[in-house]
Amino acid sequence: MAAIQFNLNGKSQTVDVAPQMPLLWVLRDTLGMTGTKFGCGLALCGACTVHLNGEAVRSCITPASSVAGKRVTTIEGLSADGSHPVQRAWIEGDVPQCGYCQSGQIMQAAALLAKNAKPTDGDIDEVMKGNICRCGTYQDIRHAIHRAVEIKGGAQ
Amino acid sequence: MSTRRDFLRTGAAAAGGLVVAFHLPESAKLAAQTAAEESKLNAFVRIGADDSVTLTIHRAELGQGSMTALSMLLAEELECDWSRIRTEFAKVDPANYGVFGSPVLQGVFGSLSVRTSWDPLRKAGATAREMLIGAAAQKWGVDRSQCRAEKSAVVNIATNARLTYGSLAEAAAKITPPQKIAMKDPAAYELIGTSPKRLDTRLKATGKAQYGIDVRVPGMQYAVVERCPVFGGKVASFDATKARAVPGVKNVLQISNGVAVIADNTWSAMQGRRVLKVQWNEGALAQASTSSIHNIFADLLAKPGAVATNTGNAEAAMPGAAKTIDALYEAPYLSHAPMEPHSCVVEVKADRCQIWAGTQIPSAARDAAEMITGLPKEKIDVYTYYLGGSFGRPGQHVDEAIEIAKAAGVPIKLTWSREDDMQHDIYRPASLTKFQAGLDKDGWPVAWTARVASPSFSGLQNGVDRNGVDGISSVVYSIPNFRVEYHPPEAGIPVGYWRSVGCSQNTFFAESFIDEMAAATAKDPVEYRRHLLAKQPRLLGVLNLAAEKAAWATPLPKGRFRGVAVVNNLGGFNAQVVEVSVNAGKYRVHRVVCAVDCGQVVNPAGVVQQIQGGIVFGLSALKGGITIDKGRVQQGNFDQYQVLRIDEMPVIEVHLVPSHEAPAGIGEASTPAIGPAVANALFAATGKRIRSLPIRPEQLI
Repeated sequence: MAAIQFNLNGKSQTVDVAPQMPLLWVLRDTLGMTGTKFGCGLALCGACTVHLNGEAVRSCITPASSVAGKRVTTIEGLSADGSHPVQRAWIEGDVPQCGYCQSGQIMQAAALLAKNAKPTDGDIDEVMKGNICRCGTYQDIRHAIHRAVEIKGGAQ
Repeated sequence: MSTRRDFLRTGAAAAGGLVVAFHLPESAKLAAQTAAEESKLNAFVRIGADDSVTLTIHRAELGQGSMTALSMLLAEELECDWSRIRTEFAKVDPANYGVFGSPVLQGVFGSLSVRTSWDPLRKAGATAREMLIGAAAQKWGVDRSQCRAEKSAVVNIATNARLTYGSLAEAAAKITPPQKIAMKDPAAYELIGTSPKRLDTRLKATGKAQYGIDVRVPGMQYAVVERCPVFGGKVASFDATKARAVPGVKNVLQISNGVAVIADNTWSAMQGRRVLKVQWNEGALAQASTSSIHNIFADLLAKPGAVATNTGNAEAAMPGAAKTIDALYEAPYLSHAPMEPHSCVVEVKADRCQIWAGTQIPSAARDAAEMITGLPKEKIDVYTYYLGGSFGRPGQHVDEAIEIAKAAGVPIKLTWSREDDMQHDIYRPASLTKFQAGLDKDGWPVAWTARVASPSFSGLQNGVDRNGVDGISSVVYSIPNFRVEYHPPEAGIPVGYWRSVGCSQNTFFAESFIDEMAAATAKDPVEYRRHLLAKQPRLLGVLNLAAEKAAWATPLPKGRFRGVAVVNNLGGFNAQVVEVSVNAGKYRVHRVVCAVDCGQVVNPAGVVQQIQGGIVFGLSALKGGITIDKGRVQQGNFDQYQVLRIDEMPVIEVHLVPSHEAPAGIGEASTPAIGPAVANALFAATGKRIRSLPIRPEQLI
């Protein structure tokens, strides 16, 4: 066990966990923050995606020790009220079906837009192909990412 | 009358509310309750003194939009303010919420949520409305005909006075509803046929939706289970010394299905499991392989099977055909692979069992608890949560969790790993099917025979499992002599329901084979189907609409090819035209045009979502397959079991046929036809006929 201190959604957080314990389980089991989902455990599906210092990472293979001193953002911290442009576009477009993969999809899309202000369909596919949706919401995801660009740019 | 109002609350009103991280036992919740008094008007409608309207959702929400569509049916007749409704999932109560009136079975299957709720839920909404109107009429001392309901209030037509539902609820609950209740004329629908936003979107876009895997209860410990990798195998012995030494591990227990490791978090339990040593009695399947299973199927096909369908006399007509075509088709076992691995929380006490789970069949969870704990039904509570997909997957995790919780004596959250989920699923059955068609000199069919070998899972009637032949025996092309036979091979692999069931493989076979018949006499695949569907107006209608919208008659750019397929699954008539290209054995689906006639559409946007989703599910079925070696499933995770990803996603266009026929189920409508439409397009592109799945590059070169 080791005390690990990091910034979680804007606040300092200390946890006392095994250093190798993946961030996913620190969030879900130790801290009770269940918005980040377990899907595959091997970084193959993207359901557990969070931001580490602003970069999208798979929390299921990210050891707790590796986040010490860094900034972690989860779906709960992306915005206080669902107002992040990506969330607004998702809500406007009614993207989720079962919804289980959508925290990861939204976090991945938000990281994409932070780097690429106006992605093409090809850019979207390249970045989002690591996130599986078994309900098949991909077409709505593509539309919502384009819409998030408009919302971010001030369009209503 | 007060109820467990803030328990399991979901939906619009709760969307911006707080996240309840711990779900307190119900008694504690009731004690802490401070909300307004509520009146229960019937099993589906409760109204609070604060004008809140709470609708009970009796079919699990697994992404198919039932929460929204069922609420629309209730709200349309209830005349409540849609923007202020709340929903909650029903408890297990088959007397009120059973399927097809069953007193014991409550759940979701067969795309039945909307189609079986169309009448009962509109009636429940209308009944509650009439009770509220009756209460208002009493207060005003006027005849009820002088009152009308709108936006959660009753209006006095003469005076324009208004009484809100909240102010009427207590009195309304005491009113005997009228025997005859007029339901709205479809022309007056304000909600049905429109696309209000899904009630669960905001929760799901903010991480606040609670799935079975998210439940936390006080004192809970976390369990994982090591199961025999061979189906049917049992624990011979195990050594838990190392597992118990892992920090955080609390307990190691043998259960009927394997060995459970219990810890104070999921990861520690997984670590303990990794160093657990188990000796297995692998049982009868220890040497089974995909090829040995194939041979069982193939041996059966050499013999006549039980007759599933027999019209005319195919045996007599076949020799007179100008041309005969033979083909052997094969489809693999498939896993459901929803994004949420199985998970369930259970607490078993001497006098009470509580189950918190996402499951399609909550009544089965209660039945399992009754069997395992010995407690009577009234001492068992099942709390239903959102499911992260499911697609027909059964709830065997609930049985395991009950057994572990009973043995452990503490509340347990059982979580399956992705590998557990893929290697211990109840699979879509494999199938091996041989076809023969006899064509006359003009190419039209005079006889068709099919002999199916596919494991049974839903019972045999006269030797036939209807689900094993559905999609072949249900073919409605005009063929005068038509015979389908069936064999149920005993292969030992657990099989069951999977989105679109028998049609998932059988429509692939039948719609590919029809295409072979058209191709054998150089007929256009759409024209060929049109001719044979002349007496099937709804299938013909969607075929014509899809062909028109896809501009079937217009040539495509070089390198693009079209294919078509049609199906009627559970009343969801649809035709799909796809466009593909092929390059060095790799194919790409660029566009799918799907025309759908599913009767009265309750929520058009919801139907479009389900059609898109069903198509993606069917496209994944062309990519993945479960194979067996030494009795073990060889695929464990998404690197080995391929599913469609966004970079392979075609553009999907959905066209709905306006209709006031009774609504059909739509969740499984579009999965069957996409596979054959793609395979038929690949034939157009390459001249190669895909007769076995998954599609492999060598089949296209």
